[in-house]
Amino acid sequence: MLTPVLSDNWDQIRSWQLASYQRSGGYDALKTALRMQPADVVTAVKDSGLRGRGGAGFPTGMKWSFIPQDNPNPKYLVVNADESEPGTCKDIPLMLASPHTLVEGVIISAYAIRASTAFIYVRGEVLHVVRRLQQAVEEAKAAGFIGTDILGTGYDLDVIVHAGAGAYICGEETALLDSLEGRRGQPRLRPPFPAVAGLYGCPTVINNVESIASVPAIINNGPDWFASMGTEKSKGMTLYSLSGHVTRPGQYEAPLGITLRQLLDLAGGVREGHTLKFWTPGGSSTPLLTGEHLDVPLDYEGVGAAGSMLGTKALQIFDDTTCVVRSVLRWTEFYKHESCGKCTPCREGTWWLVQILERMEAGKGSEEDLETLLDLSDNITGRSFCALADGATAPITSSIQHFKDEYLAHFTNGGCPFDPMASTLFATAGASA
Amino acid sequence: MAENHTTATNKTVPYSTGDSKITDTTIAELRELAGRYPVARSALLPMLHLVQSVEGRITPEGIEACADVLGLTGAEVSAVATFYTMYKRRPVGDYHVGVCTNTLCAVMGGDLIFERLKQHLDVGNDETTEDGKITLEHLECNAACDYAPVMMVNWEFFDDMTPESATQLVDDLREGTEVKSPRGATICTWREAERVLAGFPDGRADEGPTGGKATLAGLRLARERNWTAPASNHSGGSPELRDTVSPEAASGPRPGDQPGKESGTGSPATPDSRKED
Ligand SMILES: Cc1cc2nc3c(=O)[nH]c(=O)nc-3n(C[C@H](O)[C@H](O)[C@H](O)COP(=O)(O)O)c2cc1C
Ligand code: SF4
Ligand code: FES
Repeated sequence: MLTPVLSDNWDQIRSWQLASYQRSGGYDALKTALRMQPADVVTAVKDSGLRGRGGAGFPTGMKWSFIPQDNPNPKYLVVNADESEPGTCKDIPLMLASPHTLVEGVIISAYAIRASTAFIYVRGEVLHVVRRLQQAVEEAKAAGFIGTDILGTGYDLDVIVHAGAGAYICGEETALLDSLEGRRGQPRLRPPFPAVAGLYGCPTVINNVESIASVPAIINNGPDWFASMGTEKSKGMTLYSLSGHVTRPGQYEAPLGITLRQLLDLAGGVREGHTLKFWTPGGSSTPLLTGEHLDVPLDYEGVGAAGSMLGTKALQIFDDTTCVVRSVLRWTEFYKHESCGKCTPCREGTWWLVQILERMEAGKGSEEDLETLLDLSDNITGRSFCALADGATAPITSSIQHFKDEYLAHFTNGGCPFDPMASTLFATAGASA
Repeated sequence: MAENHTTATNKTVPYSTGDSKITDTTIAELRELAGRYPVARSALLPMLHLVQSVEGRITPEGIEACADVLGLTGAEVSAVATFYTMYKRRPVGDYHVGVCTNTLCAVMGGDLIFERLKQHLDVGNDETTEDGKITLEHLECNAACDYAPVMMVNWEFFDDMTPESATQLVDDLREGTEVKSPRGATICTWREAERVLAGFPDGRADEGPTGGKATLAGLRLARERNWTAPASNHSGGSPELRDTVSPEAASGPRPGDQPGKESGTGSPATPDSRKED
């Protein structure tokens, strides 16, 4: 049922250190990869069926093959470790417990695309993760895995750990590149795609932490092994993160295609005495699902068919004590705050969405406001410069679809009918604020 | 709840207080950061973190220093500094205390914790206590939702918080009691933290556990029930390949069950957790 691969060494003593990582087979894959032709490493990753774990699910090997090897400019690998999508909490624990899994993946992936410099762009708000990454890169340098003439192969690579400074939009890959160039993090027009003109205008691959961390296991065990897990078009194992009103929240590594019913069962179910109300399959930017969707296979196709997206596999679980209007308002405030301001529908639209939702939560809205919300959302989605804006409307439209009555109840009740204490972790302890 | 998201702006920001602490050493370190990148300007975010570690905030002098080193104008550097929420124009206290009030944490108690701390410390969002010790701020999701409600002190995790544990935490910080993150190191000052973020390690990476209870929840269950990934019969790799999912791994040492318990202080690795060379 569960298939720990990325998380397999997390219970080893000092799993973040090189010695511990090597005791569990770490850097064997690097040695194997460096005996292969770079193009064969790309082929292996292609054959495995690995799809990007940062949200969009783009095939990783295919992305690598877009790097024009006849381009005379340097090539770059950039790891997206900005993990900021609300609900998403998988890359951070991975890097804390086993930064070398990522570092080994970085070296192999950089070798595959023939990059001479790789960057790990990690959000700044996670001090201890930055420490562990810095140390892992230093250890790998001292061991001769990073530097010049790596393991006598003539391959040179520098790896730079780069801390961001607090901006959700910098997780968007082209905004990340601008930020990494020392600018305001605002998305770039595509094309050109980063594979052709990315960092400093040079060919660049950007991948999520989990995508890159999956590479050593693929090289070690073979593409067929990886593809033996998962479903037809969604291969391999992945980290599912359960949070919220669930008995044992946390990281559950399973083959793609497991269902929420199965995961909840493993995690001890919804909080005792309560029932599932709504959940996100992959962060707040993926439309909300409900108890009707417990048996949806959590792979790219299954969640898509249910009207949402697999996203980052951040399963935020909310039980019957949660007000959906309050939840959606808070997410909308987040998107308003994080809108980079580059384009009008998002910058102005998210502001108006908050205004209307605030009124509604206070019980001062009307049914007409619901129509306005849907109309606004329709004008924002697909008409903005980047996917942040699409994400902003996802909780709104999906919550109105599933919980229209609850919006109406705020009007008839003259305010929120829920007790904010009832939904808290400490509700049962009888604590009060 | 909207007031959570407003920032107190009634206090004036000193443009320059005339007591900048930027020295030749700082300039040398800024240059060192710039030299680490293929293109110097890429160092700007780390350089601004370094400015904060020296100045306690982003000062006009700090902006000019970055501009000088990178050959930019002060306006260009300011434009970047004002874009990112971690850069502060007002002086930050010794401890930056953050409470996640994004939806999941808010619902799980983050809103009530934030309210309690505002009262307890008598400050608003993004304000500093009069003794200069604590700056309180509400945060967006900090990628720790499986430990909600989450707080951060100088960007170190504090998990599964309650109003009581939150007030205790800030009291301990104000009294100078040693405080440890359950998934990190002993809390240093905000300025020291900013120096690490700039790219100057402080040697504390080995403190703290591999992860807390939630991080290990799935792995624990897999061990209990003997669930592993399929065995590999891959032959193309190196002969010394280890089966990544060998059952022996299950008997390897584990950190304590409690978040915060040092995994590094357990029994030494048993021989069967070692790989055969
Ligand atoms: C607003 C926004 C925020 C994003 N944040 C992240 C992030 O924090 N981490 C991440 O890996 N991808 C994030 N993405 C997706 C990236 O743009 C990109 O698709 C991804 O890093 C590609 O890596 P992958 O193919 O390995 O998934 C974000 C996208 C958008 C639109
Ligand atoms: S959609 Fe929003 S975040 Fe994206 S470019 Fe436009 S304003 Fe910026
Ligand atoms: S919502 Fe608080 S850490 Fe994610």
